[in-house]
Amino acid sequence: MKLLLEHAHVEGIRYYDAYRKHGGYRSVEKALKMSPDEITEEVKKSGLRGRGGAGFPTGMKWSFLAKPEGVPRHLVCNADESEPGTFKDRYLMEFIPHLLVEGLIVSSYALGSNLTFIYIRGEYAWIVDILEQAIAEAKSNGWLGKNIAGSGFDCEIYVQRGAGAYICGEETALLESLEGKRGNPRIKPPFPAVKGLWGRPTVVNNVETLAAVVPIINMGGEEYAKIGVGRSTGTKLMSACGNINKPGVYEIDMTISVEEFIFSDQYCGGIPKGKRLKACIPGGSSVPILPANLLLKTAKGETRYMNYESLSDGGFQTGSMLGSGGFIVFDEDQCVVRHTMSLAHFYMHESCGQCSPCREGTGWMYRILKNIEYGKGKMSDIELLWDIQGKIEGNTICPLGDAAAWPVAAAIRHFRDEFEWHVLNPEESQTRNYGLAHYADPVYVPAVS
Amino acid sequence: MIQFSEEKLNKVKEIIARYPEGKQKSALIPVLHVAQEEFGGWLDVPVMDYVAELLSLKPIEVYEVATFYTMFNMKPVGKYVLEVCQTGPCMLNGSDDIINYIKEKLSIQVGETTADGLFTLKPAECLGACGYAPMMQLGKTFREFLTKEKIDQIIDELRAAAKN
Ligand SMILES: Cc1cc2nc3c(=O)[nH]c(=O)nc-3n(C[C@H](O)[C@H](O)[C@H](O)COP(=O)(O)O)c2cc1C
Ligand code: SF4
Repeated sequence: MKLLLEHAHVEGIRYYDAYRKHGGYRSVEKALKMSPDEITEEVKKSGLRGRGGAGFPTGMKWSFLAKPEGVPRHLVCNADESEPGTFKDRYLMEFIPHLLVEGLIVSSYALGSNLTFIYIRGEYAWIVDILEQAIAEAKSNGWLGKNIAGSGFDCEIYVQRGAGAYICGEETALLESLEGKRGNPRIKPPFPAVKGLWGRPTVVNNVETLAAVVPIINMGGEEYAKIGVGRSTGTKLMSACGNINKPGVYEIDMTISVEEFIFSDQYCGGIPKGKRLKACIPGGSSVPILPANLLLKTAKGETRYMNYESLSDGGFQTGSMLGSGGFIVFDEDQCVVRHTMSLAHFYMHESCGQCSPCREGTGWMYRILKNIEYGKGKMSDIELLWDIQGKIEGNTICPLGDAAAWPVAAAIRHFRDEFEWHVLNPEESQTRNYGLAHYADPVYVPAVS
Repeated sequence: MIQFSEEKLNKVKEIIARYPEGKQKSALIPVLHVAQEEFGGWLDVPVMDYVAELLSLKPIEVYEVATFYTMFNMKPVGKYVLEVCQTGPCMLNGSDDIINYIKEKLSIQVGETTADGLFTLKPAECLGACGYAPMMQLGKTFREFLTKEKIDQIIDELRAAAKN
């Protein structure tokens, strides 16, 4: 089932003419005949949940937007996409930029934003050109600017480039950055819906979330909600990477199993060189890593599916999260200690430094992990790591602290023997990997090929 | 004297015009990008002071922002900056080997610039190309699925370009 990427491979779809020919901007025509509240109602009915990572219901978020008399409101699209493993928004913006522009126009109308921004990570420099071209085309065809299609609604969209800071993906840090400041997250409340950009009511949504508004308006919220399962409605973009045959971006409806996603040729195409599956981070680097046995089946022995509920079945003890959809696969040759060290380095580098538990804790965790990885660790270091991560979680201004703590916690929870092996075999661990131990099913044969 | 070209000045004006009256500070990061491009790939203090003046900001407001963001270089860099991603998913696909190969080939350490001023090797955190790993950023573009042979090619290509 494809709603977002249906036309991604049509020749010239990056440009207006081809996009329009394939049904582009129909949702704007339809939306401008509805009232803003009716659009929000459709989004609510669709069950759409934020695709940026937290999965918060989008319609509900929109209905929280404060509307004081005479104060402008803003919509800001979060295209900062910096969570390791995640590259889906890039794909969407690079190949079908008009889908995002279309979604932004409809959403801006629904929220009453006459001035809308796309905040994009600075490294996606060439995508800025692609988006600006799409915006210019939309404008010259009358979908942006003053009095759009005779509706009386005015809207401008601008692309703002960041400059290399993962933390600017956090919505309040993003707003600070958009105001020309350091990306230090704000203390909430007040939430952006009340005090956002320049102190005005603001909605921040992910690229994929806003693009999904297009099919929702075209087909109606109720129809959209029929796709998927339970509270995981619609389709989800997954960016798959690591040790798989076919890395890339896949649009899935959230009814397929994890096993099918990894091993079927329609998606990841299995693991290269006939190697076995060791582990996987299913939703971007911040979510818990799972060993193969808990990835394919829940602790209760049920099949695990690619949706919000199933991936988080078992909580953090035996489950994970769908998160941003950054799906990272590890084969049997990968070292969990080394990988955790690399992620710890990432979070240390990206901490904005405002809260001591995050600023000090991320550096501390990295240094301990480095010692263990390079054969200089002690058994007590593993306990110390566990202790530090527990003291960061929940004690910081923004969730980056949690995001740094969770991967370390999950690695120790599920792969403690690998950490211990590093400590007990300081020399051997420098020359070979620990391997699979009991992480994978011993004779695992994929049911789908 | 530090002064944007006519063309860049117009670009700056166009950027400032995007924001409501009195919110020109929002233009800071976009204008710093323009400045870094215009003035040799890094932001020297006089350049930051110039940007502060253009946007009616205090110099410290510019320094504190410029130093926060990793894309702004606070010291001179080579003509070409090879920013190789070293985060998890790239690591799974051999980014360590790529970084070591570049170090050896150019005889520089991470963070250093070659004696001829052509290349700087800068480690980078996840650049959003995890499915096309290992990769690096080179100017405005990404170079993906890197191998040693590709590195040889890229470096030859850049050396040739620098001669012209
Ligand atoms: C450290 C951190 C980084 C984040 N990075 C991103 C990001 O790159 N893109 C994104 O859409 N959301 C990111 N988020 C989530 C945003 O704060 C926010 O929840 C999201 O943009 C809301 O959009 P949605 O409801 O459409 O998902 C990040 C959050 C945190 C704490
Ligand atoms: S948790 Fe970390 S990144 Fe977030 S505000 Fe605190 S120091 Fe900054």
